[in-house]
Amino acid sequence: MSHTLDIQNGVVEMSHGSGGRASHTLIRELFASHLDNPYLRQNNDNARFDAPPGSLVMSVDSHVVSPIFFPGGDLGALAVHGTLNDVAMSGAVPLHLTAGFILEEGYPLADLERIVMSMARAAKDAGVEIIAGDTKVVERGHGDGVFITTTGIGVIPPGSARISGDAAQPGDAILISGSMGDHGAAIMLARESMDFDHAIQSDSAALHDLIAHMLRIVPNIHCLRDPTRGGLATTLNELAEQSNVGMVIEESAIPIQPQVAAVCELLGLDPLTLANEGKLIAICPPDQAQTLLKAMRAHPLGENAAIIGEVTEADAGMVQLVTGFGGRRILDWLAGTPLPRIC
Amino acid sequence: MKYVDEFRQRDLALKLAEGIRTAAKPDRIYRLMEFCGGHTHAIFRYGVPDLMPDNVRFVHGPGCPVCVLPIGRIDMAVEIAQRHGAILCSYGDMMRVPGGNRISLQRARADGADIRMVHSTQEALKIAQENPTRDVVMFAIGFETTTPPTAVAIKQADAMGLKNFSAFCNHVLTPAAIQAILDAPDIEQDAVAIDGFLGPAHVSSVIGSQPYVALTEKYRRPVVIAGFEPLDVMQSALMLIEQLNAGRFTVENQYTRVVTPEGNRKAQALVAEVMEMRGEFEWRGLGVIPNSALKIRERYAAFDAERRFDLTPSTAQDIKGCACPEILRGRKRPTDCKLFGTVCTPENPMGSCMVSSEGACAAYWSYGRHRSGSSQTTQESAA
Repeated sequence: MSHTLDIQNGVVEMSHGSGGRASHTLIRELFASHLDNPYLRQNNDNARFDAPPGSLVMSVDSHVVSPIFFPGGDLGALAVHGTLNDVAMSGAVPLHLTAGFILEEGYPLADLERIVMSMARAAKDAGVEIIAGDTKVVERGHGDGVFITTTGIGVIPPGSARISGDAAQPGDAILISGSMGDHGAAIMLARESMDFDHAIQSDSAALHDLIAHMLRIVPNIHCLRDPTRGGLATTLNELAEQSNVGMVIEESAIPIQPQVAAVCELLGLDPLTLANEGKLIAICPPDQAQTLLKAMRAHPLGENAAIIGEVTEADAGMVQLVTGFGGRRILDWLAGTPLPRIC
Repeated sequence: MKYVDEFRQRDLALKLAEGIRTAAKPDRIYRLMEFCGGHTHAIFRYGVPDLMPDNVRFVHGPGCPVCVLPIGRIDMAVEIAQRHGAILCSYGDMMRVPGGNRISLQRARADGADIRMVHSTQEALKIAQENPTRDVVMFAIGFETTTPPTAVAIKQADAMGLKNFSAFCNHVLTPAAIQAILDAPDIEQDAVAIDGFLGPAHVSSVIGSQPYVALTEKYRRPVVIAGFEPLDVMQSALMLIEQLNAGRFTVENQYTRVVTPEGNRKAQALVAEVMEMRGEFEWRGLGVIPNSALKIRERYAAFDAERRFDLTPSTAQDIKGCACPEILRGRKRPTDCKLFGTVCTPENPMGSCMVSSEGACAAYWSYGRHRSGSSQTTQESAA
């Protein structure tokens, strides 16, 4: 097959989204060549697959990030991990992904190829295939390089316990799989081009293998959720509201990397409201908490797991933090976007 | 984290709390105004009120640069970007404060104005260098802490011969604000409404502790310069209580690891070279205060956005019912405002005290609303 696309020097042009020959060439030589699998090779506008027994789970997520390449990841890997994790938080085994691309005219094809290669690698590592896709091009100035929307589908095996955000019970233990705020801090530093001695890496990762491991050992986990935008604080509030329960969290039990804490101190940000892309919250019956903790710590993506608090009947819908001082305060939803303070 | 974790130790906090309980006489109330929003934030973030006896109360002051800027000045900043087409550079927490007609910088940006969030004046200078055909204006706000970086940027722009950079100068002075609070007529009628001040930390690293001496003598209120860590705040509260018990009214410095009596002379000289006193300046909540703010000197007029652009003085008023003015003066608590938590929340802020992360209302809402039912007002008289 002779290549007609100049990936090294070329840029996205309006014709690449026209649906004509240029679109076909872009899809064939850039997308399909890296994401190759039997479904894409059928060259249909759909992908047909057999559904295994159990309940199907579907989730969609649009991914925009600036900068597109950041320490510890990039938009492509993020688009795979983010949607896989959303599917996996139901306890489902992810099966397939689809990907929709919105490209801005003028975006370098070499960078687009890096993104697609990263997606391919992330999907392969996670054991899923991207089985359908779409590409549109918008005029220069009408996008931010590349936006990717991924849809994921997965299956919950028959007989599995129900895992849902409304299933937290008073007395349950609340666990997290590792340090908070790494992704948000990494993006902020990359965006602001700040020079720090200790670079912070995003934690972007697919969590379904960790979850499968957790469920093998503790099958009756009540809730799973990944604390992405809004961070731990917002996600706990979502769960407290959904389950109509209160929560009390021990601040000193929450792992935060020293360099993330330092950046947050400097900028006046709260690491508990910063995004994570490779961490999860698990809520389980209290008598299972230590077993679950041990199981999480035995997996590479949960080695810094911690029990951080418990679910309460009182103060429904409210998350309270016991500070390192022994005082209590509300751990609130993130309001607006995290903005650095002046002094 | 060195220099941080040491000041957040629980054991020390409990010892200090015990010291405060022992020192505080049960037959009187100690109302301590923390001037800075940074103190307010630390007090709530670490749950310090839980460790205080009932008769030691923190009164929230005006020391949040975002909170004290009147909405007319926000309107003028928006005008610089909207009508004059300049690139307006602003610090982060200024972005969401609503101006007149509830137009914030964030909203103006959504409407098409070129407004960029920066972390330093150096970033604004860089943007000016990268956009030689555009006017680039630094929305310069803040107390004495953020003033020297503005002065440096103006001097650098001058040295580089930059023709497209200017600063919209809104820098204000701390001692003048403390004096205005103490001069307010309603304070005179209730002379014990504020018993002492937790003095600003970062500000004092620039101006030193000396400028507060005259205030303590004139108004007979002690000032303790307090660091921003929770142990700093608690130790400073204890120092104030001990001064009040002894009937002393002096300036003491708890934050000796940073603050000296004379402050940072180099920074002071730099500011004095580039800026001079304004005759008067309007503060949100405190009204027009003479000799309370700085403007850019004639020598650097080319870098003064107020001279460069024909700006329309805004007469926009605060939203009716918003108690920010009283809250900034320590006359009301956030929970005393009828808008608090009803129409005014961090998602939909009506006043500056709710929008700034260091504002008293935001701190109450985010950290302390579970205790709002048992809140005391600052108007209670001493027993």
